[in-house]
Amino acid sequence: MPQHKLQVEAIAHGTVIDHIPAGMGIRILKFFQLSNQDHPITVGLNLRSKHQGKKDIIKVEDTVFDVTQANQLALFAKDATINVIDDYEVVEKYRVTLPDAIGSVLSCPNSNCISHDEPVSTKFHVSEAASGVILKCHYCEKSFNQRLFNELN
Amino acid sequence: MTNPLYQKHIISIADLSRDELELIVATAKQLKQTPRPDLLASKVVASCFFEASTRTRLSFETAVQRLGGTVIGFDSGGNTSLAQKGETLADSVKVISSYTDAFFIRHPKEGAARLASEYASVPVINGGDGANQHPTQTLLDLFSIYETQGTLEGLNVAFVGDLKYGRTVHSLAQALSLFGCKFYFVSPTALAMPDYLCEELNQVGVNFEVVDDLEAVIPKLDVLYMTRVQKERFDPTEYQHMKANYILTAKMLADAKDNLKVLHPLPRVDEITTDVDSTPHAYYFEQAENGVYARQALLALVLTEEFS
Repeated sequence: MPQHKLQVEAIAHGTVIDHIPAGMGIRILKFFQLSNQDHPITVGLNLRSKHQGKKDIIKVEDTVFDVTQANQLALFAKDATINVIDDYEVVEKYRVTLPDAIGSVLSCPNSNCISHDEPVSTKFHVSEAASGVILKCHYCEKSFNQRLFNELN
Repeated sequence: MTNPLYQKHIISIADLSRDELELIVATAKQLKQTPRPDLLASKVVASCFFEASTRTRLSFETAVQRLGGTVIGFDSGGNTSLAQKGETLADSVKVISSYTDAFFIRHPKEGAARLASEYASVPVINGGDGANQHPTQTLLDLFSIYETQGTLEGLNVAFVGDLKYGRTVHSLAQALSLFGCKFYFVSPTALAMPDYLCEELNQVGVNFEVVDDLEAVIPKLDVLYMTRVQKERFDPTEYQHMKANYILTAKMLADAKDNLKVLHPLPRVDEITTDVDSTPHAYYFEQAENGVYARQALLALVLTEEFS
């Protein structure tokens, strides 16, 4: 029987974020400041995918995201799946869902928003509209299409 | 019974339910008819204006004094510790709220009032935060509409002028969307109602139309809400050509319904000609006066547990 070789090396313990749209992997690393942590991280870009054609993948060793953290990924990778790995086995697998709110990680695109001047964490209320995912700033109440955050990055 | 607004912050019109809006309007009506000069006799209210304002500050301070309260505060941010010594707004708010029973805040930054409410130990009332919210303007608009129409329900309301940047228009449309009103939006294309707001109105099933001809729509209206088109947003030739379409004259009101009232948040420049002032439809100066009653109503409800 032919052996299937993994496109990215397996990890012993941690989290694999799979089915990230190609091109979003690096942005997710940056948005969520994953690379600022001490844990080893492996990133695969433009990997072949049966369903997506091409995809990115992120493997974070020795870290398990809670559901709230994982769902924040849905803003940039709505079809991403989270695989929790223990001793090289997938012990939990779920698809991310859009959160009601997202805090801390994003800066408000409105330069006149008070959140830029004061010692507060940002917070955005998340909703879905015909034009896409909308993030509304908790402070200045301005609404932004999620795509704007991609462009700003 | 404890009123639902007791010790609440008043930051954004979207935070208020339909019942709460109706309570504020009914309280404003009551205080206009029956003054309560001792209601806030032992209360100190801070008036914190980090940017200049004429009507809002004077009507807030009048409202406190008409209810027997005491006002402390400042009328521009330039002389505060924030400007002079680099203190954060968060720290200023903690200190101010330790001296007072409530405070108004007006600030050039959007979100400043929300932030203040998170650090204050007393109720915060937003007197305008940048281009974001000005809820007390909306409350006085609602009171003026209720006073002249006898209801807030099912009215035909046109918004005219700068619908893109006009925070009063955005907040009033959000508030009236709770009462089944029909909206007509009349503006230059460059100053049209923002897409995100139209999308919000669609989501809650509000019936609205974008129309070009103000005069043609006037016979259908109960409320005509005029706003100023700011000259600086256009080049001079474009402004001269465009403004003619968004100026209201007495002649244009010839076919208006008897109950039509013209409102304007003021100051007006030339978007309502002075011959409108003497028609029975003009209500903008009474509307400005109603600012005192609407703000009295808020203070009474926020500071008096069992006000009725």
